[in-house]
Amino acid sequence: MSMQQDLAPTTGDEVIQNYTINFGPQHPAAHGVLRLVMELDGEIVERLDPHIGLLHRGTEKLIEYKTYLQALPYFDRLDYASPMAMEHSYVLAVEKLLDLEVPIRAQYLRVLFAELTRIKNHTLNIAHHIIDVGAMTPPLWLYEIREDCMAFYERASGARMHAAWFRPGGVHQDVPLKLLTDIAEWLDDRMPRLFEDAMSLVVDNRIFKQRNVDIAIVSKEEAIKWGFSGPMIRGAGIPWDIRKSQPYDVYAKMDFDIPVGTRGDCYDRFMVRVEEVRQSVRIMKQCLQQMPEGPVCSDDRKVSPPKRAEMKQSMEALIHHFKLYTEGFKVPAGSVYVATESPKGEFGVYLVSDGSNKPYRCKIRPTAFSHLQAMDFMSRGHMLADTTAILGALDIVFGECDR
Amino acid sequence: MSHSAPLINMPDGTIAAITKALGKNLVSIEEANGEVAVHIYRDSLVECMIQLRDECAYQQLMEIAGVDWPDRDPRFEVVYCLLSLTKNHRIRVHLATNEDHPVPSVTGIWPVAGWLEREVFDMYGVLFSGNSDLRRILTDYGFSGHPQRKDFPLSGYVELRYSEEEKRVKYEPVQLAQDFRNFDFLSPWEGADYVLPGDEKTGEGAGKGATQRMTAKEVKKDQVKPSSPPPPPTPKTTDTAAQTGAGKAANKEAVKRTVRKPKATGDKA
Repeated sequence: MSMQQDLAPTTGDEVIQNYTINFGPQHPAAHGVLRLVMELDGEIVERLDPHIGLLHRGTEKLIEYKTYLQALPYFDRLDYASPMAMEHSYVLAVEKLLDLEVPIRAQYLRVLFAELTRIKNHTLNIAHHIIDVGAMTPPLWLYEIREDCMAFYERASGARMHAAWFRPGGVHQDVPLKLLTDIAEWLDDRMPRLFEDAMSLVVDNRIFKQRNVDIAIVSKEEAIKWGFSGPMIRGAGIPWDIRKSQPYDVYAKMDFDIPVGTRGDCYDRFMVRVEEVRQSVRIMKQCLQQMPEGPVCSDDRKVSPPKRAEMKQSMEALIHHFKLYTEGFKVPAGSVYVATESPKGEFGVYLVSDGSNKPYRCKIRPTAFSHLQAMDFMSRGHMLADTTAILGALDIVFGECDR
Repeated sequence: MSHSAPLINMPDGTIAAITKALGKNLVSIEEANGEVAVHIYRDSLVECMIQLRDECAYQQLMEIAGVDWPDRDPRFEVVYCLLSLTKNHRIRVHLATNEDHPVPSVTGIWPVAGWLEREVFDMYGVLFSGNSDLRRILTDYGFSGHPQRKDFPLSGYVELRYSEEEKRVKYEPVQLAQDFRNFDFLSPWEGADYVLPGDEKTGEGAGKGATQRMTAKEVKKDQVKPSSPPPPPTPKTTDTAAQTGAGKAANKEAVKRTVRKPKATGDKA
């Protein structure tokens, strides 16, 4: 943190002037490349101006120059803490425009891995929130869980982070049975053990509570006005979850609870995420129990490519494969706004198609935009040290915020 | 409905209620892909939004998206995505504008619009009157241009690097070692509206001797003459040697001379 004093330091009994400090863009508690220009009165935050865009890569512009399938991997790189949740909104938007049916096994696999992604994201955020307010041990234990999640990612898709595994029409490849049994064993034993161990260190910890309880209280009205979603709106006490209210894939068949906060402070937001991890475990177990055998991708050959074995025998399959990986598929003209419950909140894709093989416009609704914008009013009147707790409870990732 | 995207059930009478609430400010309302799109006049935006929030219970503004349609007049479309937490429904509000006519800001209704409007301004150059903080948001400090416009090149105009000699970051015009490869997959017979490579000369300024491009009608006229009936087919017979296509016999003397001796190929091995 560099310090710039507006005026000469005052001496004696003179009134101390407000001064402005620059937090970030290279700061470990800034969760990436965030620059906060803070106006302080002593140690009290008077005004806070987040400067974003330092990780802007022009994703939306790039997508306009790619086919629908080529645009998919850009979504992994938005919120790199929860890649498959980003893909989920996009593939659903494309499927909605195509009105494409997805095989039931693919829907289960998507929900399974979307919830695994939620665990992966929340363990990272919980760990960073804890480390921002000063504890060191729980993050190390939580990183064990995250590491397991990435191993499962790798076994399903071949990549630890940027999976590109969800595809319009289903998922790219089926998973081996051993992976599903390993996930089931992990959910029964290792995952809850590691997670509850780590949580037992913080949830009732006096120092942790002193740093979080009654910090940045957000009322229900404010949460609605500022466009909150996900754990932020639930932390404020509004039971709103897109998985429940507007179910997609097989979420309608899942039995899970929505945790809500009572006070709307940083501790509530933290505890909502902790409980969501437990609910994700529940959903994943149900997925594993109910998942049927069957195809994992649509058999509409104009959208999803044929199996490689089929291509050795069938000329049509070879032609379809060639056309899909060069020209891609065409999507009927129209526009849709599809939002899913990503771990961070409502992640939306406003997709405009002009009937060609490339999106005419793909507007990405990041969760961080509305949450980070609200940081100004949330931080006002709090101490400088509280801003790290507030920022930790916002759950910001800049790949998604800046796009 | 066969896709598995988020299930949004439209409450009965939604369209009628919105039509009634917006009254004369409504341009059109349509339902497509299971989503309701409301088109309104630009100047009545704030009034419409208050109506939608208070009477139709769309409490949350989730997103403001800009879209550039260079062929349309006015050129830009601004799309507001609203969510009703109580009715569990989403609508989109569309309006059209250009870079000269500012859109009224909705920051007074939803403070979240502040950054969303800043982004549309940054990316498209659409102005929002009443937004007190209309700075650029995602692009660099001191950036010029509006990158999401369709006429803005994908590569941009400037690139930056750290200059070791001058010890500072330098901005320079973009130089690409390889051009961006933008393939065109539209089939020429499926309505591509450009001249194929090699066909440039067939236009108005065609040089001497250049083949003239023919339309489908002309081609038909040229080849098939419907006025005269086609001649009757002549039976194919080979009565003489000339009709076989064999040609004249070769000079016998010339054949003799061309007999070649085998060439000596180097020393004996």
